[in-house]
Amino acid sequence: MIQLVIIGIYLGLLLFLGVFSSRLFRGTSQDYMLASHSIGPFLLLMSIFGTTMTAFALVGSSGEAYKEGVGVYGMLASSSGIIHSLCFFLLGIKLWSWGHKYGYTTQIQFFRERLESDKIGVILFPILVGLVIPYLLIGVMSSGVVISSITEGAFDSAFAAYDYGVPPWLGSLVISLVVLIYVFFGGMRGTAWANTFQTIVFMVLGVVTFFVISSKLGGLEAASHAVLEKNPSKLMRDVDPKDRAAYAKRYETWTLIAKYNYATRVLKTLTLTPEQKKQAYEEFKPRMPNWQMTAEAVFAAKNSLYELTTEQTNKALLKQDDRVMPDPFPEKWTTDLMSHHALQEYPRKANAEDEQAMLIFGNKIGHPNHDLDPEDPSKGKKWTIKKALGVYRATNWAPDAPHPMSKLVFFTYFFVPLSVGMFPHLFQHWLTARSAGTFKLPVVAHPLFIMIVWVPCVLVGVWATSATFEGAPLFPPHFPANAVLAAMVKKMTSPVLAGFLTAGILAAIMSSLDSQFLCIGTMFTEDIVVHYGGKDRFTDKQVVLMARTFIILVVAITYGFSLLEPRRVFTLGVWCFSGFSSLFPIIFAAVYWKRLTKAGTYAGVLVAIGTWLYLFKEAGYAMKPNYTFLGMMPVATMVVASAAAMILVSLVTRPPSKETLVRFFPED
Amino acid sequence: MRYAVYGLVVVLIILHQDNWLWDDKRLILGFMPITLLYQAGISIGAAIVWFLATKFAWPHHLEEIAQESPAPAPAPEAASETAPETGDTE
Repeated sequence: MIQLVIIGIYLGLLLFLGVFSSRLFRGTSQDYMLASHSIGPFLLLMSIFGTTMTAFALVGSSGEAYKEGVGVYGMLASSSGIIHSLCFFLLGIKLWSWGHKYGYTTQIQFFRERLESDKIGVILFPILVGLVIPYLLIGVMSSGVVISSITEGAFDSAFAAYDYGVPPWLGSLVISLVVLIYVFFGGMRGTAWANTFQTIVFMVLGVVTFFVISSKLGGLEAASHAVLEKNPSKLMRDVDPKDRAAYAKRYETWTLIAKYNYATRVLKTLTLTPEQKKQAYEEFKPRMPNWQMTAEAVFAAKNSLYELTTEQTNKALLKQDDRVMPDPFPEKWTTDLMSHHALQEYPRKANAEDEQAMLIFGNKIGHPNHDLDPEDPSKGKKWTIKKALGVYRATNWAPDAPHPMSKLVFFTYFFVPLSVGMFPHLFQHWLTARSAGTFKLPVVAHPLFIMIVWVPCVLVGVWATSATFEGAPLFPPHFPANAVLAAMVKKMTSPVLAGFLTAGILAAIMSSLDSQFLCIGTMFTEDIVVHYGGKDRFTDKQVVLMARTFIILVVAITYGFSLLEPRRVFTLGVWCFSGFSSLFPIIFAAVYWKRLTKAGTYAGVLVAIGTWLYLFKEAGYAMKPNYTFLGMMPVATMVVASAAAMILVSLVTRPPSKETLVRFFPED
Repeated sequence: MRYAVYGLVVVLIILHQDNWLWDDKRLILGFMPITLLYQAGISIGAAIVWFLATKFAWPHHLEEIAQESPAPAPAPEAASETAPETGDTE
């Protein structure tokens, strides 16, 4: 409950900030959307950084490091330090100067004039809004997950289905409303101030979290040495032979369990006698959750108590791993034994673990503050549903196979940060700058700020793979990556600190949501309503009202998606960024290539979004986290295809008029 | 000097692809994985290179554009009398 109170106070502070900044609102749409070009270097740095660091940076990076190891930092963070600043330097300053000179508020206004094309907005508007929605989704979804995880057990009897904590749908809703309110009141100025405040909050609390967690793990050295001992592959980008051997052993044991369960539960050709079970338990030493099943399986296999055909074995593996059983059963799997890799080609049944976990552990699930056995407190506390699901996954599903990071994938990740060049909300932030010189601080400090946030998060995620707490592993196998940071904060800190640290995580999430909310409202009014309705038709008050209404609509749609969305934050984020990156060649050429034509831009945009849609579908709509195309990140194909289409079509079509070229390239 | 700064950006991009540390799990200072330390160094290197860019490759002429173009929106007291356009140029 303490955590909940602290989060509530923090959200109240933000609302106060929004309302306070509204007192400085000048009443014009220009002020609402661009803070009247009045933002100085520090506010610009903090607002740009806060905007680019999302749930993706905190929740996603620690979760992804937990899954993939330290290589995650090089894949995205250090490359972003180079590429983001490159985009600010090469694109931001030029676009700011044109925006200031010609009065642009949105990217589409710039493209319409630069390309002499009114219709480009018709194509770009739905694409940009369509790509912003998954970006919003990441924040809305993560905020709900974080609040839910941290408030487990906060209520005595309410929300039993959510482990007596705030349900994710409610957490997401509250965060969306708070951000909506301060964006409504404060506009861009309020957003810049709130971003600055929140960026300071999440950076400071992030560092505090890091040191608190490391001290709970016995210090920096002990935490890292545990990884070196138990999961050395997480410290590099290759697979350590020790991890490979450990996995082979675990997979072999898991296969025995799968076969034993199939023989006893499906074929019903085997039942161990009480004496045999007793002997099995006596011979089995490791005492992990559900260890009895493993003991029985090992005993039955060792004593050759059953025999399965190849087909039956393959079916046993599919069943044990909750995979969809192919119908008809492929001929080849009646004679060949499936590898783990082949097994994973079959999708896992949706929510398979929910029913099973409730069935198996139903009598253990309850309020996490209540004793499992009121007459014997030494047996521990009741299990949360999340714990039951975790134990089910850990004891039933096949162990994760260690895999190296592909060098080609690592290299082609470099295309992902190009997305900042086309983020509509960042474009809008660039335009708020007071002068070109205002960009200097963000350009220099951005890589350092990324490092300050990402290095601790990546280390914490990696430590989570091997950490023990109160004598037991902190996380069982198959623990949901998105919940790693919140779970560590909850388990390893005091309720007061956990409340503050959660506020820090929420700050990072909200500091991106606000800019995105504002930007989609701006795009709708400027690029659609005012553009097609006529600028004299609406008063400034009406324009602001329409912006706010459209924001509510998009937030409502995003919120609706968040109720359905189960994907990994990191994977979804990468797809969203890839879409924006695929449009990077267009913005870069518009700024630096005089020969870019209207037709070339159309070709580039259509190819970008076409390849994005095709590859997104191929990747199971982000359900395959390690999907690659031609061995590379899909974004590489999108960027290259889009650039090629844009260049080729531009070269064979009529260049823009001399007036336009003089307008944008006067120095030449 | 401007081209030297651009050259340094290219060098950073090349150094970022640290194939030589792919299977190195050493802990530096007893806790820091060498891969992570190296890539954090790339971040610091990026900040230095971008600092040099602001010194030697800064587009100063764009500062003048801001001075030539109309002044930003008026102060709050005067806003109601001379509210600027919405920013739309169509």
